[in-house]
Amino acid sequence: MSENAVIELRKVGKWYNSYHALRDVSLTIRKGEKVVVCGPSGSGKSTMIRCINRLEAHQTGHIIVNGTELTDDVKAIEKIRKQVGMVFQNFNLFPHLTVLQNLTLAPIWVRGMAKSEIEEIAMMYLRRVRIPDQAHKFPGQLSGGQQQRVAIARALCMRPEIMLFDEPTSALDPEMVKEVLDVMIELADEGMTMVCVTHEMGFARSVADSIIFMAEGTIIESGSPAQFFENPKSERTRQFLGQILEH
Amino acid sequence: MSKDSTPHSTAALAASFEEEPSQASVTSLPGGVTALKPFGWAKNNLFNTKLNTVLTLLCCAILWFAVPPMVNWLVVNAVWLGTSDECRAAAGACWSIIVVKHRLIFFGTYPFDEQWRPFLACALFVAMLGVSGVRAFWRPWLAGAWALVLVAMGVLMWGGVFGLTHVPNDKWGGLPITLMLSVFAITLAFPLSILLALGRQSSLPAIRSLCVGFIELMRGVPLVSVLFMASVMFPLFLPEGVTIDKLLRALAGLTLFTAAYLAEAVRGGLQAIPKGQYEAADALSLSYWQKTTLIILPQALRMVIPPIVNQFISCFKDTSLVTIVGLYDLLTAATVATTDPEWRPFFAEVYVFAGLMFWIFCFSMSRYSQWLERMANRYNRR
Ligand SMILES: Nc1ncnc2c1ncn2[C@@H]1O[C@H](COP(=O)(O)OP(=O)(O)OP(=O)(O)O)[C@@H](O)[C@H]1O
Ligand SMILES: [Mg+2]
Repeated sequence: MSENAVIELRKVGKWYNSYHALRDVSLTIRKGEKVVVCGPSGSGKSTMIRCINRLEAHQTGHIIVNGTELTDDVKAIEKIRKQVGMVFQNFNLFPHLTVLQNLTLAPIWVRGMAKSEIEEIAMMYLRRVRIPDQAHKFPGQLSGGQQQRVAIARALCMRPEIMLFDEPTSALDPEMVKEVLDVMIELADEGMTMVCVTHEMGFARSVADSIIFMAEGTIIESGSPAQFFENPKSERTRQFLGQILEH
Repeated sequence: MSKDSTPHSTAALAASFEEEPSQASVTSLPGGVTALKPFGWAKNNLFNTKLNTVLTLLCCAILWFAVPPMVNWLVVNAVWLGTSDECRAAAGACWSIIVVKHRLIFFGTYPFDEQWRPFLACALFVAMLGVSGVRAFWRPWLAGAWALVLVAMGVLMWGGVFGLTHVPNDKWGGLPITLMLSVFAITLAFPLSILLALGRQSSLPAIRSLCVGFIELMRGVPLVSVLFMASVMFPLFLPEGVTIDKLLRALAGLTLFTAAYLAEAVRGGLQAIPKGQYEAADALSLSYWQKTTLIILPQALRMVIPPIVNQFISCFKDTSLVTIVGLYDLLTAATVATTDPEWRPFFAEVYVFAGLMFWIFCFSMSRYSQWLERMANRYNRR
């Protein structure tokens, strides 16, 4: 295992029944690194990122997170999930709980934290995502951008070392994209290890340490933003960039 | 009240029950006061088309022929406190039979002089049910209060202590049987049904097929045969000398039967929960039971309050079938009350009365569920 790698994928293979969704994906992410994953629809971006916290199980190869290998072992899965926060495209907030309860639920039940202690921390995170005044509302009463910021705060309340984002802004109205990206940029500036599936190329250019381009279940190309945007190696990447930068 | 609406054409009958005056029927009086003209309203809503006119007249005719005789029988010509001879002479209902036989209807074969005990037990029970329905009382002490009330009910019903004579439970009957059977069956069936519904979705094939098998078995068999089986077959499984009380066996049968139906209602709720909720809970490292009890069930159960209460109401009415294993529920006790030769002709009144008793409880459940539904789904409202 390479020096200070926090996430390592080695020849990971994944099938949905007979459909081969990931083909020998290998990837190393260092502590504090920000990785942006992009690629056409159906290329396996979500599948890969969801394998990292075992929302999907891979069938071949190895995934090692923070020194723990993901297997069927429930203990290992729990350990890794505690260290890895995830933000979904559709927020997936718990609609029957208030914003504050959404944030404190897992720390109380999983980490065994005292309610008063975690509520203080939760309010701190809500201030950081700039919605402390919504703490006692239900998710259904918030705008999409606000909901996604709550989702980010909810993941942060578990004090993760790694954050996974699966298209966090693509379900949002354009005017709300920025408020979510701003929060993510702040998080990146603080040194969080981030893996982010996104088509926000501005964000990728300014924040990412490396960009990964996927197609048909494999990593076609990876490199620094400068190299990726100015001088892409493969024709496939050039095509994709041409399509996405047009808009 | 002056809501704009065009006259309803086809739905005139339905509209006639809504207080929705159409514009034309609202006239401004001098001084700006708006008054409703019933005549104009009727013309616009009840007689606006030929079909509606016919339907309106038809309904009026039915009401004209049905209501007066019913009121006459129920109230005007009814005998309230008379003897059976006076009843025979009268043209109306004989409510005297209820007055004379109410103790038998309510308490069955419980010793006559001790019937204050089941009365008190029922009163306590109903009061406790009422208290449990109030949100402000959903506190830990409620569990303690229930424990006390159940013990008190046991003491009252069975006796044998504090100088109360012992009354074995094959002497119990009437309302206490109906109430206790239904409430206990519901309380036991509800958690069981949740486990069954969860088991039906389990990833372990053994658990899944066990739950599916049980649910399909119970749903495929009439309650009457479940009760028979519970009554006849349970004793076969038990070691020699051990007997389970007849009442408990009926309770077990009713519980299992209700649980199977409830499980299907609960499953409906589980299936309506988006996959993202499971994933978010998993990503936060919640365990299976934490995820289920904190995230999934609270949402799933709220969604299926109406079908769940439907099953509760069903279960309450189903208690009347325990008569086939020899238990005296309210309806059986009422039937017994009609066998007295002196009052024999007046069985209809007894059944109307028993029906009313059932209706009171079922209607309360129904109204309560409406409140519960509104309360539980507040988070959905923006
Ligand atoms: N649960 C599943 N069962 C079967 N096939 C699946 C499942 N999830 C994903 N797939 C398939 O696997 C492939 C990769 O899916 P994935 O969701 O990883 O793509 P993606 O790159 O995230 O695409 P998008 O940009 O549309 O989100 C797709 O062809 C998809 O149809
Ligand atoms: Mg995706």
